Amino acid sequence: MNASMTASYTRRSLLTVICEASIESLVAADARRLGAHGYTASDARGWGQHGQRDGGWPLSGNVRIDILCEAAVADAIAAHLQATYFASYAMVCYLSDVSVLRSDKF
Amino acid sequence: MPFEPVILFFLLGLLAGLARSDLKIPAVLYESLSIFLLLAIGLKGGVELARQSLAELLLPALVIVGIGAVLPLIAFPVLQRLGKLSRADAASVAAHYGSVSVVTFAVGAAYLANLGQEYEGYMVVFLVLLEFPALMIGVWLARRGQGEAKLGKVLHEVFAGKSIVLLVGGLLIGWLAGADGLKPLDKVFFDLFKGLLAIFLLEMGLVAASRIGDLRRAGAFLLGFAVVMPLFAGTLGALTASLLGLSVGGAALLATLYASASYIAAPAAMRIAVPEANPALSIGAALGITFPFNLVIGIPAYYWLASQLQGVL
Repeated sequence: MNASMTASYTRRSLLTVICEASIESLVAADARRLGAHGYTASDARGWGQHGQRDGGWPLSGNVRIDILCEAAVADAIAAHLQATYFASYAMVCYLSDVSVLRSDKF
Repeated sequence: MPFEPVILFFLLGLLAGLARSDLKIPAVLYESLSIFLLLAIGLKGGVELARQSLAELLLPALVIVGIGAVLPLIAFPVLQRLGKLSRADAASVAAHYGSVSVVTFAVGAAYLANLGQEYEGYMVVFLVLLEFPALMIGVWLARRGQGEAKLGKVLHEVFAGKSIVLLVGGLLIGWLAGADGLKPLDKVFFDLFKGLLAIFLLEMGLVAASRIGDLRRAGAFLLGFAVVMPLFAGTLGALTASLLGLSVGGAALLATLYASASYIAAPAAMRIAVPEANPALSIGAALGITFPFNLVIGIPAYYWLASQLQGVL
C-alpha cells in the first residue's frame, strides 16, 4: 500500500447533546457563539427522568446534537449548557475523544 | 342527533391509546395533516372575508381580543392562590387557557355544519387574533419584576410559527383569490377537509391518551380547573357574541374559541420563554382534560347557551 495514502488523524472532542427538539436552535446558536464550527442533529426518542419521549408529536420529540470541536470549545459549551438548560429542560450531555480526518474543519 | 363522526374518531384514538394499542400515526403524517388543516381553515376564512367590509370587523375584533386578553389575567390569580401553583406554572397554564385551539374550532365548525347552522365565516380572523395576546400576557405574568423577559423570542416563536404563517397565509390567499378563484382547489381543501380532520382527531386521541399519566402529577385542583375554566370562558364568549350581535352559530364558535386551550402554540412558546414551568401540568390539563371535554360536552353546551341567549341581550 502506498504510504502517501495513509489517513492522518487528529484528536478532537465529540460533544453529544440529547435534548428536547424545541431548543435545538437555541443550543445550536450557543455552540456557534462559543466557537463550534458546525453541528449535526438527528431526531431521537427514548425514556428517562422526563418520562417517555416518543417523538409521536412535535412537543414530545428529542434531538441528538453532535458537535465536533477542540477540547477547550467543548468544555466551554458543556459548561454553558449545564448553567443554562440543565435545571429546566430534558438534556443529556456527554463527551468523547475521537480521531478525525481533516482536522482543520473542526 | 346522531353522533358527530369526527368526535367518534377522537374517542377511537383515545381508547386505542388507553388500551396501549400499537396504533401509531407517523409523525410525518401528523405534520402533513396539520399543515393541510391550517391552510384549509385559513382559505375558508379568507373566502368569507372577501365578502365582508374590513372596517366593520374592526370594532368586534377589538372587543373580542380585549375580552379574550382578560381570560389569562383571571386564570392566573386563581391558579396561583387557590391552586397553589408556582408563579411560572400559573402563568404558563393561564397562557394556555387564554390562547386558542385551532382543532377545537374546526370541530365546533363541523358541529354547526352538521346541524345546518350558519355562522359568520370571518370567525377565522378572530381565531388568528386570539392566538397570541395570551402568550404575551403569560410571559409578562411569569417575568413581572424579575428582569429581562424573552418577549422577542416569544414574538418570533409565535409569528414565525407555522400555525400563524399558514392560517394568515391561507386567509390572505383566500381573500385575494376569492371564492371563484379558489374553485379549482375546492376538491382538495374543502371536500377532503372533514375526512382528514377525522384522521387528525384519531391521532389527537392517541396523544391525549399519552398525556393521561401527566394528570396524576397535576392534582385535583388543576383537573377541576380544566373543566370549570372552559365553561366560564365559554359563557363569557357567548355573552360577548350576543352583545356584538353575532348569529347563534357565531356565538357558539366564539364561546368555543374562548373555552379552548392551546396545546400547540402555547406549549412551544412557554417552553422557550418560561422554561421553569412544568410542561406536563399545562399540556396534561389542556390536552388530557379540556380538549376532550370541549369536543364531547363543551361544544354542544356552548351551542345550547348561544341559542338561549339569542335575542335576550
